[in-house]
Amino acid sequence: MKIDTNTLNGIIHACSAIGAGLAVIAGIGPGIGQGIAAGHAAAAAGRNPGAKSDITSTMLLGQAVAETTGLYGLLVALLLMFVQPLDIK
Amino acid sequence: MGDLWKVLNGHDPDFFIKNLFEYELFGQKLHITTAHVCTLIVMVGIIIFAVCAGRAIRRAAVTDTPTRFQNFAELIVEMLDKMIHGVMGGSAAKFVNYISTIFIFILISNISGIFGLRPPTAYYGVTFPLGLITFFTILYNKLKHQKLSGFVKGLCDPWPIWAPINIIGDIAVPISLSLRLFANVLSGTVMMALFYSMLPVFVKIGIPSVLHIYFDLFSGAIQTYVFCMLTMTYVSDAIGEE
Repeated sequence: MKIDTNTLNGIIHACSAIGAGLAVIAGIGPGIGQGIAAGHAAAAAGRNPGAKSDITSTMLLGQAVAETTGLYGLLVALLLMFVQPLDIK
Repeated sequence: MGDLWKVLNGHDPDFFIKNLFEYELFGQKLHITTAHVCTLIVMVGIIIFAVCAGRAIRRAAVTDTPTRFQNFAELIVEMLDKMIHGVMGGSAAKFVNYISTIFIFILISNISGIFGLRPPTAYYGVTFPLGLITFFTILYNKLKHQKLSGFVKGLCDPWPIWAPINIIGDIAVPISLSLRLFANVLSGTVMMALFYSMLPVFVKIGIPSVLHIYFDLFSGAIQTYVFCMLTMTYVSDAIGEE
């Protein structure tokens, strides 16, 4: 059976969309990590309210670093959705 | 279905970099894109502000009460100075100019989405050079302050077998720095574009402002802070004082 390129590209787009959805599951990790950081920062601020600004800046820095892995997943998803490297030209 | 198809095919939401002008240089096809134009607009804005601020400071006599504009400029400089001195300590004086410059550039770039520009930092060609500059600053300061012996010793930290892993860790620094900034700003841009393309015309006014505040102002400011903070931490780590 011969499949034409349009059909094949349609299948590839559908699979790319599923792959993009799977790639953003990477967001779970940073979510947990940022939550832990925020929780501990809240505890620290409760114990030592004087150091609140220091704690906040440290927390934001740590959260932004933890966010990176999730952003890699997001980038893969965006590439799959919009750049579509797998298309048959 | 048609809309979804458009979204999937990438025609409708307009967060793509568009080619404005094409030219040829040494047999290579090069493009002037919207990214260049937006970067230029941001740069021109910063330069105009800087020239005005410099002139205001130079004209101000000691006895005058400072004008509102002068106060604003002094506030920015003092804030940046305090932040950089707080992290880098003794070696801050050498880096204050560079860090302040990239701080202001990245901040204005990130929040330029509010003014309808496509943020220049949502283009990997802008963020990767910033990461590379940080990388070479780290390398230079390591070689300068720890000498070659300290540099080699740092590479084979526990044992010499770990050297490849340490080298990979060093090379990952500019890549992760630039990708973090790029992906954050790009995700904001993509979200806004998807949101705008999803809405009917009559709710496009007003409602997305909340998202603009989060994605452009909050996220942009945090990422600017993080980029500069990490650069300062790495560099002062390389200098190795304190």
